[in-house]
Amino acid sequence: MPKRTDVTRVLVIGSGPIVIGQACEFDYSGTQACKALRAEGLEVILVNSNPATIMTDPEMADRTYVEPLTPEILEAIIAKERPDAILPTVGGQTALNLAVALAENGALERHGVKLIGAQIDAIKVAEDRLLFRDAMKEIGVEVPRSGVARSLEEALVLVDDTGFPAIIRPSFTMGGVGGGIAYNIDEFRELAGRGLDLSPVHEILVEESVIGWKEFELEVMRDVADNFVVICSIENIDAMGVHTGDSVTVAPALTLTDKEYQRMRDMGRRIIRRVGVETGGSNIQFAINPDDGRIVAIEMNPRVSRSSALASKATGFPIAKIAAKLALGYHLDEIPNDITRLTPASFEPTIDYVVVKFPRWNFEKFPQADPTLTTQMKSVGEAMAIGRTFKEAFLKAVRSLELGKAGRLFPEDSDAALMEEDDTALRRRLVVPTDKRMWAVFKALRRGWTVEQLHELTHMDPWFLQQFAEIVELRKMAALGEFREMSIDMLRTLKRTGFSDADIADVFGMTESVVRQRRLEEGLVPAYKRIDTCAAEFESFTPYMYGTYEQVCEAEPTMRRKVVILGSGPNRIGQGIEFDYCCCHAVFGFREEGFETIMVNCNPETVSTDYDTADRLYFEPLTFEDVMAVIERERSAGGDVACVVQFGGQTPLKLALDLQEAGVEILGTSPDSIDLAEDRKRFSQLLWDLGIPQPASDTVVSREDARKAAEKIGYPVVVRPSYVLGGRGMAIVFDAPSLDRYMLAAVDVSHDRPVLIDRFLEDAFEFDVDAVADADGGVVIGGIMEHIEEAGIHSGDSSCVVPPFMVAEKHLVTIRDYTRRIARALKVIGLMNIQYAIKGDVVYVLEVNPRSSRTVPYISKATGVPMAKIAARVAAGKTLAQLGLTQDLQAAGVFVKSPVFPFVRFPGVDTILGPEMKSTGEVMGGSDNFGTAFGKAMMGAGQQLPESGTVFISVNNSDKPTVLPIARDLASLGFALTATRGTAAYLRAHGVEVDVVYKVNEGRPNVADHIVNGTIDLVINTPLGRDSFFDDRAVRRAATMARKPCITTLTGASAAVSAIRALRTNTLTVRALQDYYSGVTAEA
Amino acid sequence: MNAILALEDGTWYRGVATGAPGEAHGEVVFNTSMTGYQEILTDPSYAGQIVTMTAPQIGNYGVASGDAESAAPRAAGFIMREASPVASNWRSDSTLRDYLIAHNIVAIGDIDTRALTRTLRSSGVMRGIIATGQVDPAALVERARTIPSMEGSDLVKEVTCERPYEWRERAAASGDVEQREFGITPQRTSSKRLRVAAYDFGIKWNILRRLDAYGCDVHVFPASAPASDLLAIDPDGLFLSNGPGDPAALPYAIENVKALVAADRPTFGICLGHQILGLALGGKTFKLKFGHRGGNHPVKDLASGAVEITAQNHGFAVDPDSLPANVKVTHINLYDGTVEGFRHTGKQIFSVQYHPEASPGPHDADYLFRQFLDSMEPR
Ligand SMILES: Nc1ncnc2c1ncn2[C@@H]1O[C@H](COP(=O)(O)OP(=O)(O)O)[C@@H](O)[C@H]1O
Ligand SMILES: Nc1ncnc2c1ncn2[C@@H]1O[C@H](COP(=O)(O)OP(=O)(O)O)[C@@H](O)[C@H]1O
Ligand SMILES: [Mg+2]
Ligand SMILES: [Mg+2]
Repeated sequence: MPKRTDVTRVLVIGSGPIVIGQACEFDYSGTQACKALRAEGLEVILVNSNPATIMTDPEMADRTYVEPLTPEILEAIIAKERPDAILPTVGGQTALNLAVALAENGALERHGVKLIGAQIDAIKVAEDRLLFRDAMKEIGVEVPRSGVARSLEEALVLVDDTGFPAIIRPSFTMGGVGGGIAYNIDEFRELAGRGLDLSPVHEILVEESVIGWKEFELEVMRDVADNFVVICSIENIDAMGVHTGDSVTVAPALTLTDKEYQRMRDMGRRIIRRVGVETGGSNIQFAINPDDGRIVAIEMNPRVSRSSALASKATGFPIAKIAAKLALGYHLDEIPNDITRLTPASFEPTIDYVVVKFPRWNFEKFPQADPTLTTQMKSVGEAMAIGRTFKEAFLKAVRSLELGKAGRLFPEDSDAALMEEDDTALRRRLVVPTDKRMWAVFKALRRGWTVEQLHELTHMDPWFLQQFAEIVELRKMAALGEFREMSIDMLRTLKRTGFSDADIADVFGMTESVVRQRRLEEGLVPAYKRIDTCAAEFESFTPYMYGTYEQVCEAEPTMRRKVVILGSGPNRIGQGIEFDYCCCHAVFGFREEGFETIMVNCNPETVSTDYDTADRLYFEPLTFEDVMAVIERERSAGGDVACVVQFGGQTPLKLALDLQEAGVEILGTSPDSIDLAEDRKRFSQLLWDLGIPQPASDTVVSREDARKAAEKIGYPVVVRPSYVLGGRGMAIVFDAPSLDRYMLAAVDVSHDRPVLIDRFLEDAFEFDVDAVADADGGVVIGGIMEHIEEAGIHSGDSSCVVPPFMVAEKHLVTIRDYTRRIARALKVIGLMNIQYAIKGDVVYVLEVNPRSSRTVPYISKATGVPMAKIAARVAAGKTLAQLGLTQDLQAAGVFVKSPVFPFVRFPGVDTILGPEMKSTGEVMGGSDNFGTAFGKAMMGAGQQLPESGTVFISVNNSDKPTVLPIARDLASLGFALTATRGTAAYLRAHGVEVDVVYKVNEGRPNVADHIVNGTIDLVINTPLGRDSFFDDRAVRRAATMARKPCITTLTGASAAVSAIRALRTNTLTVRALQDYYSGVTAEA
Repeated sequence: MNAILALEDGTWYRGVATGAPGEAHGEVVFNTSMTGYQEILTDPSYAGQIVTMTAPQIGNYGVASGDAESAAPRAAGFIMREASPVASNWRSDSTLRDYLIAHNIVAIGDIDTRALTRTLRSSGVMRGIIATGQVDPAALVERARTIPSMEGSDLVKEVTCERPYEWRERAAASGDVEQREFGITPQRTSSKRLRVAAYDFGIKWNILRRLDAYGCDVHVFPASAPASDLLAIDPDGLFLSNGPGDPAALPYAIENVKALVAADRPTFGICLGHQILGLALGGKTFKLKFGHRGGNHPVKDLASGAVEITAQNHGFAVDPDSLPANVKVTHINLYDGTVEGFRHTGKQIFSVQYHPEASPGPHDADYLFRQFLDSMEPR
């Protein structure tokens, strides 16, 4: 059947900001969908509030809206663009829920728009836990005993039946938000209450626990003709009870007999049919009782998901792309398989390697957070690794995590160290899953605990534990002799098993280079095998490869001039999708300059790891060893191979010097310049020479020096380890004792690198600048971004705006001048990011990053100029002039970037912002005025500003004068004001009407109660200092949980006021990026 | 213990012995199924062949009596990337290794099976030898070249049953009851038990299990039995089973099937049975370069347009142009367009090249057993 003819304009909904449970995998899926739809000659309208995505690049769609993802805004876009269909299945849970909302508020009908991919009924059956359960009963698929509750009372009745532990799963949520495991009635009350609150439809499923059963996922596809295929099966090594997103998973499933697997496949087919997903991909989860094979269905996601991204990368089958084509009415057998070309997509990929996914957590950033892994996802990213055997893939996955020393599976180098932890403690770490459990497993194995014991404690399948035991055994054997005497066979076995040179060096306490030396002498280098969807049954035409120690290599490198682009590895707070965006643009740029582009990355959620992004893709860990091996293989053909490190964030920068020493040409800014900027001592000297002010600073290695330095500089000071991203381990210290405490803690974060102490600039305005510089000293400033929050709050966590809105022109002149001089002094070729702070009348430089930054995509969207791509072309040898860039860029409107935080998932964590980055993602709001832009940004970030109601104000004394005008404005806008005693007294004294509420520690009902009860709509609360610390926390936490905007800075507060004013006066208009760039106004 | 795999083209691989000691001779083929190594090993169609599994981790879930497709492994030898020393599954009776040793099957592990597969893909299936212990690769290569080739050799006589038997009794005796939790429920069962006479060219037990589940009492006959024996029980239907090797090398079987066709009873053939039927109807068969072996081949039902994901295991195929006018092709393989099924336009006779009984593989084609039922019931 040819594609359907009733669809010519499609609205694709993106997934919005990166949050835990919904990361850049939806940029990958959305981008694939857009490409596929346009290739079919359709017009694509895209909406996504997240500017750091490839899909929001103006050339990806005909019309691109970076607007808040709310039903109202979407209807405005629909009214304006008149699409005839919406594709809601490539934007995660967000897009799905929006589709439901638009159907229920009648918008779809009003504008005569249909859904393609999944119909409302199907979405409901899949997402509504009750409907799903009943549907399963109907088709004879077992599910855990359960009931649905819409109130705590109902829930309590149900739990009598299910018993404890009881599983709580809210409807229409993703990543298990608001779900959990209750082991007793009190926990149950709390979790059920929270679940009911967090479910958009206030409905939870209370379910019999099948904790400890094996968990599996099937990625399935179906077309309109009811053809059905399984793309990939995924087995969770962590048993039921740990969210799939937090589980170490493996593809294909490795412990199922054909009988068990086919039974699961049959169920998958029945389920997708019954749920009624007409076309596209779905993810279905099953649990199997290891003792009797009893199988139950857990859930189905009627859309592409995080797991489909994994499955696509694991098999080479582009699920999102195919799903888009199926939505247009194609049948699977009418779509060719890109990789084999000659065969159709109507088949089931078979793979001849093993894929392991390992989650990446960030608990170190949320010390008060509970690291226990439950049914609610807590990881922020993941690494995937491919090997010919499970052991190889597993060890590659572990090193792909970039956990440094902390990531070593064999950290204890003495028996004493190994036996230190007592058995009870170790047993507990095995029974209660946390981000560290896998390391506990290895420790236990080294201590001689048996596979049986470990199976008892962890419920991991004995087969996997056996594999781990073999790894431990092999290492023990290797350790028996001296490295020099090690037989080539033993060395080969170690490499074939997946040990890195560093791992082996570690066994003998040597340096990696010694092992590398010996390995190369023995001619032991990895071969590269292709990922071809068919286990070599057919020829593959896509160079998508992984390294493994086998005889025959299939890399077939070319003779062309090549550049290896190093990706940014697993997402983590501080290094996320922004850097993958930049890597993709590096590919585009170098390709335009005639290079063959070679991507190396290990993050399956990314666009950069799509086999059709770069010319060649190596899915490998980003370590020196793995990267060098790729480069050497590519060199073997004779073509010369350069490398570029400035696009993937801090990860590639760490490799720059080593690569250069190994004789690799680094394009763009030289490793020495990078070091000059990253090494604070050298950098301070440079600024000094340039006569550019910086906060008084010093670098220290000991507590004593630290104290001395701090005395000299004067408190408060900012302390941090060098070479970090996202302000890792960074703190503002007010006195000597806390400084000592920091120094004690700091050592292990900083990997023995010195600690930096800067004078902390209080109440300073902060600015971010992104610029591109070329070899001739040409410098183009992309934009000067003014932070809404003052310096002291990490640039990644503060909202910012272009163009700057309240800074003296002379300071802008200074900033431009400094930027140019620093770029030239550092001989930057490519991207550079500088953070400035203005205090008093002085412009200070806080730091310079000689690389792409978090804000590059945002600036590119704001200006319509793809800076990363430009930077790549400059690094390739072009001058800015040649590229027609002669002056600094102008923003096409007013654009505000706002961060999004994961606090909801971490009860008990303080939500106050500081120099250590905590946000997972960002949104952009655009308009022709600051107020509206900021309002939209807040809206996009889920912080709906109230247009009326009650505002709570509580500020410290120094802030009181500044808050007065804000309070007046709010009053004049008709808001009722309440405040804590001190603040209230001050405001009253200045003639502002205001009620008084109790502080949390003054009695009840206190402000927290009011917030929870919803009688407060907006919170303005600046830190009141250590004494009332507890109070502030309680207030902010209450606000976060009640999802009421909570503003912790006065600049933020006044911004909010202008936003509220704007939101109230002019109704929100939407505007496509294409129109901003061509100067078409909102009304047009 | 070391082991060596040598091929007729002169290439050889060093690995480790993962089965019985000794030597295995045969045609080296590859199978791309990710599960079901036990079913594959015990499938009589693999007689005379050394099977390479492209899936790298083999033996993980051990072997279970209920998963056998015949009384013992039939493959000549077994090649894998990594063999599991343990068996992890609630149903398993033993590890794969012990099973191979117990049945004296020579196997080799630690082989770059992907490299091997690519060789077989480009130069076609080859004769080869697995030998354990200290052996001279060059000598092995020489001997590999002397192995008789599949074409023209009758492997059926090695795997067919000696005397006729009734499946129900046999199953009851060998305790092979259809497994409740896995046997998919038949789309419908026949109102009355039907009598089916089946030629055993190397029949897989799951075919018998499926026919039984659909309501048939199956009487199994040796390949050498004259057609009259089958017709003597006045069967409601006739079945032609799968089996090993070259159909053209079985003149006696072709003659018998001609007689059955003449008798004009509802007839259903699978795999080798399908090829023999093709020859009996006047068609020709030819050898495929590297065959179809796996569980992911898309087959199109030309009547409905539906695509089935199928289990496949064959090295020969029926040439569509050679078929007479009264035979219509019903199914084709979407990978290479080869014939996957045909039916007689005048009679209740049809057959498929692939394996509706799966085991291992997807169950998409189970409807063919119902189709057989439909054709038999009117009698
Ligand atoms: N009945 C249950 N018993 C034990 N664990 C469960 C049960 N139901 C779900 N889980 C666990 O919770 C996780 C999340 O549940 P799921 O329904 O997949 O939510 P989400 O929509 O967030 O993926 C699953 O991956 C599984 O590990
Ligand atoms: N001397 C300082 N005075 C005030 N704030 C500072 C100072 N140094 C750093 N900060 C704050 O800390 C944040 C993180 O510091 P930065 O050097 O940018 O670390 P990162 O490398 O993680 O971006 C900055 O965005 C800024 O808000
Ligand atoms: Mg879900
Ligand atoms: Mg799930």
